[in-house]
Amino acid sequence: MLEIKDLHATIEGKEILRGINLTVNAGEVHAIMGPNGSGKSTLSAVLTGHPAYTVTQGTVTLDGRDLLALSPEDRAHEGLFLSFQYPVEIPGVSMVNFMRAALNEKRKYHGQEPLNAAQFLKLMREKRAIVELDNKLASRAVNEGFSGGEKKRNEIFQMAMLEPRLSILDETDSGLDIDALRVVASGVNKLKSQENATIVITHYQRLLDYIKPDLVHVLYKGRIVRTGGPELALELEEKGYDWIKEEFEG
Amino acid sequence: MENSLTQYIELYREQRQAIEAAAPAALNALRGKALGVLETARLPRKGREDYEATDLNAIFAPDYGVNVNRVNLARNFTPAFTCDLPNLGTTPIYVVGDTIVVPDNRPDDGAIVATFAQARQLCPDVLNRYYGAVARLDDAATALNTLLAQDGLLVYVPRGVKARPLQLINLFNAGAPTMAVRRVLIVAEEQARLQLLACDHTPNTTQRYLSSQVVEIVAGKGATIDYYDMEESTPLTSRVASFYLTQEADSNVLVDAITLDCGTTRNDFYLDVAGERAESHLLGMAIAGAGQHIDNHTFIDHRAPRCTSREMFKYILADNAIGAFAGKILVRPGCPGTDAYQGNRNLVTSDTARMYTKPQLEIYTDDVKCAHGSTIGQLDEDALFYMRSRGISFDTARTLLMQAFMADVIDGVRIDSLKDRLHHLVERRLAGEAATCDNCPIHR
Amino acid sequence: MSENLNDNNKKKADEQDFLRQAADEEYQYGFVTDIDTHVIPKGLNEDVVRQISRLKGEPEWLLDFRLKAFRHWLTLEQPAWGHVNLAPIDYQDISYYAAPRQNNPAGKEIDPEMKRTFDKLGIPLEEQMRLSGMAVDAIMDSVSVRTTYRERLAELGVIFCSISEAVKDYPDLVKRYLGSVVPYTDNFFAALNSAVFSDGSFVYIPKGVRCPMELSSYFRINAAQTGQFERTLIVADDDSYVSYLEGCTAPQRDENQLHAAIVEIVVETRAEVKYSTVQNWYPGDKMGRGGIYNLVTKRGLCRGDHSKLSWTQVETGSAITWKYPSCVLKGDYSTGEFYSVALTRNRQMADTGTKMIHLGHHTSSTIVSKGISAGESENSYRGMVKVVQKAHHCRNYTQCDSLLLSPTSGAHTFPVIEVHNDTSVVEHEATTSKINEDQIFYCNQRGISTEDAVGLIVNGYAKDVMSKLPMEFAVEAQKLLSLSLEGAVG
Repeated sequence: MLEIKDLHATIEGKEILRGINLTVNAGEVHAIMGPNGSGKSTLSAVLTGHPAYTVTQGTVTLDGRDLLALSPEDRAHEGLFLSFQYPVEIPGVSMVNFMRAALNEKRKYHGQEPLNAAQFLKLMREKRAIVELDNKLASRAVNEGFSGGEKKRNEIFQMAMLEPRLSILDETDSGLDIDALRVVASGVNKLKSQENATIVITHYQRLLDYIKPDLVHVLYKGRIVRTGGPELALELEEKGYDWIKEEFEG
Repeated sequence: MENSLTQYIELYREQRQAIEAAAPAALNALRGKALGVLETARLPRKGREDYEATDLNAIFAPDYGVNVNRVNLARNFTPAFTCDLPNLGTTPIYVVGDTIVVPDNRPDDGAIVATFAQARQLCPDVLNRYYGAVARLDDAATALNTLLAQDGLLVYVPRGVKARPLQLINLFNAGAPTMAVRRVLIVAEEQARLQLLACDHTPNTTQRYLSSQVVEIVAGKGATIDYYDMEESTPLTSRVASFYLTQEADSNVLVDAITLDCGTTRNDFYLDVAGERAESHLLGMAIAGAGQHIDNHTFIDHRAPRCTSREMFKYILADNAIGAFAGKILVRPGCPGTDAYQGNRNLVTSDTARMYTKPQLEIYTDDVKCAHGSTIGQLDEDALFYMRSRGISFDTARTLLMQAFMADVIDGVRIDSLKDRLHHLVERRLAGEAATCDNCPIHR
Repeated sequence: MSENLNDNNKKKADEQDFLRQAADEEYQYGFVTDIDTHVIPKGLNEDVVRQISRLKGEPEWLLDFRLKAFRHWLTLEQPAWGHVNLAPIDYQDISYYAAPRQNNPAGKEIDPEMKRTFDKLGIPLEEQMRLSGMAVDAIMDSVSVRTTYRERLAELGVIFCSISEAVKDYPDLVKRYLGSVVPYTDNFFAALNSAVFSDGSFVYIPKGVRCPMELSSYFRINAAQTGQFERTLIVADDDSYVSYLEGCTAPQRDENQLHAAIVEIVVETRAEVKYSTVQNWYPGDKMGRGGIYNLVTKRGLCRGDHSKLSWTQVETGSAITWKYPSCVLKGDYSTGEFYSVALTRNRQMADTGTKMIHLGHHTSSTIVSKGISAGESENSYRGMVKVVQKAHHCRNYTQCDSLLLSPTSGAHTFPVIEVHNDTSVVEHEATTSKINEDQIFYCNQRGISTEDAVGLIVNGYAKDVMSKLPMEFAVEAQKLLSLSLEGAVG
């Protein structure tokens, strides 16, 4: 489904990604781990088309389509979803208006009729239940005044609404207590199917207890330096990243 | 009312030789231009744009004596005193009327601190290059100062030099109504550092005085300057002070204007933020009571990218005091990354006090963060009541809350001993005592 | 990879083209009605003032009022203090009266061409056409074309008619209130309006009556080279309530046209007036050619205790806007409000704000101003809050925000605050910033185009003000805002 080949990217002239190769198939969960500054968040930003980053080399395809040629919104329409590490507050814009715009533009892109108000609200209700998102939150402005946990839940709620092909969860566990983590993870698991795939970006193994990866990749200095099964995550948890650094540098 | 400038122009024409004889060439060179301005300009009267509360023409109207013949006004003054502000270790410079006394025992720290007359020998190039270069001659009050100035204080801090802190003490004690024409020029070169504390006092409380001041400050690349200006004068003292500051890249300047007691005061601050990443701090505090009038006008001109300015003026007005604040932040085209905040907070504690405030933003670049806030109000009633219910007297609670109100401006001071002293002075002032230091010989 | 980038660039270019087209075609009301119009010759002198008065069949006292105003105007100079670039206007090159000739002068039936015009503008002049109850006074050029629902309102004692009719039918009311809030000596444009005003709306709500429907005036400039000088007078007697709406459009022309109106409002004891405006005069083209000079004096007097006046405005039109809807809070415990959204783009210049003059004690005022600057426009908030010594326990809160959508636009804030006692509290907060790129990207990632994202964000930003508009109007205003934003970002 997702095919990343030799991806290089820079920000303000500084190279952060130095040749990423990664294939993700439908139905799979991949975990990307790595020390701070290894390029994890850059990868998610580049895949979603953040304008601050420049791709200098390589290709990315989603279901055979050239992702890098698309605008960020079209990438979303094609089924790419990023759960932001730091969800942005947008005062004055209600969640309802925000989601309706997002959903109906996606439908339009795929030649579908927009949902009417009743259908839309029904959908909101259903999806809200998945992450136990309070109705009150859904009627507030986007992320404004939400707690850290509420923001992350809101991200997964939006994921449920948009039904992406490929979801990237960027440090979704950061700032979450154990209960919120469980809710968020169970939301993600409920949304998992044979049709979609998930990339979990995380610093710690903790989240992977709840969202079981098929493959674990270690990102270091802008490259994937090691790939393994779930046991790799446990090994990292136990030994830290230093041995990877030594091995790589050495 | 007549045009008050006329008497000064006449004075200049009659006394031109005497005025110029004693003055350095750099000063004489600008007089013609100043005269040209004054022949057509007028001192603003009350109600004019940016002079909503203050009548400059009236301030200059009385018949003050001007010390054209350079009589040594400091003759009867013995500067055998060191300020007891701890850990400053400075030798103070006195300005009595407009006679400047720079002690010759100043330790050598690489900086030049001299009268303009002395500077003719010590660093003539600096005086010639920068005198009148930062000030705006088209401002009538500045032009008048430039027309009549015969001497001034030069502080020249060469590249990389960290000067010892300086104290500048302006005094009035003449036995007749006097106008002092005071002038300061500060040039801090690349990476130089300077802290200067100026205080204005009027030991003679029975005479009328007028202080015309122009302060020019040049902050070179990466220079750091603190300029603290504190006025503690009398209801018979008028002061018209203009501060002109230009900042090169990466410089960091703090100007702090503290008015503890005054008569009629108008301060103008022009900050020319000309170099990238410069940082400007403009702080002000005024406490005014019966018969006192304090007007601060500020203009911060952002004309380089990625500069930061922080401005905050706080007033507490009692009795029939008049307070005015007008501030403008201008962000010119092509200054992305500008981050500017301007605040003006005022407590009005009497029914006969008046506060005028005019905070303005004029923005021509889109990638900026600019904000201003202004409030006029009273002390928090709930807090007052809460304190009283715990047994604190009304007056004490009030004083405590007013101190708290001023605390953040005082905390902006970057010299710890001065910060502590200011907290103390403000406390005394708010308690209705003279806002003077305990051991200050000036007030004995 | 490089091919991808080229595709991306091409797509960008296509998008730009599309936006440019959208920007060009967005002023929907720029058409001209082909209707026989009686226009008096250009120029202004006492004879012209007399002629206007004669054409309108006015009584002597009103002619006197006009002549006094005209003579005073001659002593004044066009003011130059706003942050706008108002060139000197040649007042002799304007026609001061233009009346569309209706085929049926009796006025029972409306000229079909005229009806088509107002239909096209979405203002049905036939009462049965309206779904919700909203009475309309439709004014084209210098005359009122039609006032709907008059009879139904009359049953309640509500007077809603053109000011020309009011002069004839209710001379005492008009005489008592005209010029009582905005005297002809007030300013240059007020003096001009007082001399030559043509038509406008008159509203009187009697004691104790809550007006059951929104009243609305719709102003349309049609004739070329004419000025529009309408005059609106609203009087809300004790314990009454009315919500009043004002809308306006003009044809697209290359020359500038002058619009100098006066709105006067008197609010008596415990009465409340809501005045909402959606100002969409022709703004000129991208190069700044043409457009309306909108130089307007709007002021209300909260005369009675516990009275309330609320101004809400959405300003998107006009080449130059110069207006400060104000409240004189004379009655104790009276309330003044000002909610404004002003969007400028291309070469538009807006200098707008309010004055809140606190004369009575326990009076309160709220100001919320949202400026949005795009293109090469200049957008200024100018305001004054004044509390006199005797006005104890007054309260003002002001929030002024400016949003910059382009690096070549300007956003300015010029407030003046004066407080002369120790029991009043005045607060002013203002911010200026660029539209948040993180918010746009966040929307992009969720599949919302930049255009739509800007629309969403700006509408969210203006929400505090939009929510003050009557429901139907709010929807219109929101659309207008989104429409005006097309092609405005870059």
